[in-house]
Amino acid sequence: MAPVAPRSGDAIFASVERVNSELFTLTYGAIVRQLLTDLEEVDEVNKQLDQMGYNIGVRLVDEFLAKSNVSRCVDFKETTEVIAKVGFKMFLGVTASVTNWDADGTSCSLILEDNPLVDFVELPDTCQGLYYCNIISGVIRGALEMVSMKTEVSWIRDMLRGDDVFELHVKLLKQVPEEYPYKDDE
Amino acid sequence: MAAIYSLYIINKSGGLIFYKDYGSAGRMDTNDSLRLASLWHSMHAISQQLSPVHGCSGIELLEADTFDLHCFQSLTGTKFFVVSEPGTQHMDGLLKQIYELYTDYVLKNPFYEMEMPIRCELFDINLAQAVLKDRVALLGR
Repeated sequence: MAPVAPRSGDAIFASVERVNSELFTLTYGAIVRQLLTDLEEVDEVNKQLDQMGYNIGVRLVDEFLAKSNVSRCVDFKETTEVIAKVGFKMFLGVTASVTNWDADGTSCSLILEDNPLVDFVELPDTCQGLYYCNIISGVIRGALEMVSMKTEVSWIRDMLRGDDVFELHVKLLKQVPEEYPYKDDE
Repeated sequence: MAAIYSLYIINKSGGLIFYKDYGSAGRMDTNDSLRLASLWHSMHAISQQLSPVHGCSGIELLEADTFDLHCFQSLTGTKFFVVSEPGTQHMDGLLKQIYELYTDYVLKNPFYEMEMPIRCELFDINLAQAVLKDRVALLGR
């Protein structure tokens, strides 16, 4: 019998190894700062952060599945709930809420009220176009792609730009079937 | 006397990325292990198609006269399977533990290329410990 998917990541969060959150926050800050120096263009940095997140996501998803004991989700709604409640808790120590579902259940928003990545960050005027946390959207995109869901993930609200919360828009583009592409007719 | 004869890990396209044998029984040379891995990958896929049960996730246990084959497939498509003595119990727990070790010591190694053969010493060390512990636990059961 498959174990019932946990609806909260608290237990896993308590059992995984953690690092000092300041070390984490400052390391991420140093990476973004270095990218800005190397790439100069803010758009390029956004792209690079997304790519880095993607590369992390495709590996991270296995750790998530191995340690969180979640079983296969029945639909995209359950998937986003699990990401918001278990995934975010396990890797960032915070939880998100899921809202703004569209009519056919393929896109929604993840709302983050607390985000450890931005603890000490103030965006200067020269970096106004920067999505500082763009790595997170890449992680989600990469992780979902490994469990056969093509998604598009983008930031709608950003506390560093004066909004009251972080809002991440997740759109399911297509679900790649897991069956082998047998074409019996051909 | 070994409870587990060998361990295989196959990537989602059916390539063997890890093989290790324990003890002399059921030992295979490189060609045979590669052959078994790709055969198992295909059989697993066929079993999913043939199964009358809707949403079947493939063969989990194959029992033969001289060995048992326990298989675990992660949701991302990587398969882990052990060939063991007939009647060996609790292999699902060991396989799950091996999956965790794989996520820790293989996937988190920045120099490991996804889908490529696993050559990670830390994985080998921790795997050996897990298998040993499982063997001790087995004797105690």
